[in-house]
Amino acid sequence: MVMRFLKKTYVFLIFAFLYAPILILIIFSFNQSKSRANWEGITLKWYMELFKDRQIMSALYNTILIAVLSSIVATLIGLIASIGIFSMKKLQQKVVLNLNYIPILNPDIVTGISLMVLYIFMKMPLGFVTMLLAHITFNIPYVILSILPKLKQMNKHLYEAALDLGATPIEAFWKVILPEIMPGIITGFLLAFTLSIDDFVISFFTTGSGFDNLSIVIFGMARRGISPKINALSTLMFISVLALLIIVNIRMSKDNTERRSKIEKSKDNGRYLPDVGHDI
Amino acid sequence: MKRQWLASPYIVWMIMFIVVPMLLVLFYSVTEQTADGYRFTFDHFRRFVDPIYINVLFRSVALALISTVICLLLGYPMAAILASKEYSRKKILYMLIVLPMWMNILLRTYAWMTLLERNGIINTILSFLRLPPLDILYTNKAVVLGMVYNFLPFMILPIYSVLSKIDESVIEAAQDLGGNSFTVFRRVIFPLSLPGVMSGITMVFMPAVTTFVISRLLGGGQFTLIGNLIEQQFLSSGDWGFGSALSVIMMLLILASMGIMSKYEQEGGGGALW
Repeated sequence: MVMRFLKKTYVFLIFAFLYAPILILIIFSFNQSKSRANWEGITLKWYMELFKDRQIMSALYNTILIAVLSSIVATLIGLIASIGIFSMKKLQQKVVLNLNYIPILNPDIVTGISLMVLYIFMKMPLGFVTMLLAHITFNIPYVILSILPKLKQMNKHLYEAALDLGATPIEAFWKVILPEIMPGIITGFLLAFTLSIDDFVISFFTTGSGFDNLSIVIFGMARRGISPKINALSTLMFISVLALLIIVNIRMSKDNTERRSKIEKSKDNGRYLPDVGHDI
Repeated sequence: MKRQWLASPYIVWMIMFIVVPMLLVLFYSVTEQTADGYRFTFDHFRRFVDPIYINVLFRSVALALISTVICLLLGYPMAAILASKEYSRKKILYMLIVLPMWMNILLRTYAWMTLLERNGIINTILSFLRLPPLDILYTNKAVVLGMVYNFLPFMILPIYSVLSKIDESVIEAAQDLGGNSFTVFRRVIFPLSLPGVMSGITMVFMPAVTTFVISRLLGGGQFTLIGNLIEQQFLSSGDWGFGSALSVIMMLLILASMGIMSKYEQEGGGGALW
């Protein structure tokens, strides 16, 4: 009894620790006063002003633009590369996969700096293009790591069967391989998208003045005090992520219960069938 | 079937954007520019042996280690409680641990600035309770707090995933053989959870030792950590040679700690975040 109470308290304290700062951010997005120190009543004005703020809105637009473009390009390159890597010989495959691990294992700051050094060495102006290239670069390895296991799980005779049944290799790819590995592609794409949205360090080093994403704007503001508009924006972002997770979860558990009830039904059928047969 | 060539666009991409940049960093770390081109030198590495810089490295490793230990001490019981049978709503609790990680790291760290400020919320509450104020913002303690806060889920999740896969009958067998709960934990549960602990340690230590954001926002002084030192070399001092040498040292540090970890880590032991 005491143990149980202690456990519950512990879980509560850890969650309080994890959520207190987020709660504070959300509460202060409704604060009348601009300062973080005092509370002057509830207002929604920061939410209004958020949509009028050109710096924040353009940073939000840049963040989403980079995330969409980099995750699409990374998914395409990663998908094609995965198929190539999958049909490689063992040794070759090992070398490529080890190279693929470098951006994942490297500290972000080293990845960011090495790319910045490359861009400056090649005399490329820092900005949209360089940041996009950097995001594609750090996204591809994650896409490959999500698609490759699906290719390995796939029954390779499926593809051969499709060919035997008269499909061209391209048809077989579209109708047989692609549907089989689709979950991996989607996971890879979503992973790439969120990594890109969340990234600060690599973006910070690979962009120049004039092209900022949200993280960079927030970083610039942090030391001299963030505007409550950013609190409002992060509240909206937090709520959208929360809503998304809840929807995904409900859909998944619905799927599961449906599948379970289907399995149970088929079990039932299996159990009752002999009886039915008997009657007939 | 010869389909390997499909990987060639990516291989070209990797060479251009991963291999060449790393080689450039390596190149800058061992050369210096003179009137007639580049000259090989070890000066940048030699410069690092200065006590000031050794101290920065030492502090980075120390703060990251302290944060890792705190994360382990806080995270292991949490993972164990979540993995125990008592909680039926595991999935929701699991989601609740993952959720904060979806928030921008800068925002989460910034929120702590609000909480820790001299006139901030924690101090308001403390003075209300007539307790002495907590003045840790812009110190190493705040940096450790920020690291623990940001990386705690990385410790809980892998340990949780290993603990929840432990075969219940093994624990029952140990109890049947007369082990009290502490012995069962020490001799059976903890050794079995070691792969999760190891991947948790790796996943907390690596980002903690390389961060420059947390220390920049919550720490005092200009170069608290080696990450800040690297940033400073490239963005304000423009000393690429020294900055590159520092990056090489950081990569070696990461490689070394991964080597140590992989000796203990077993295949498939770690929990995936996805």
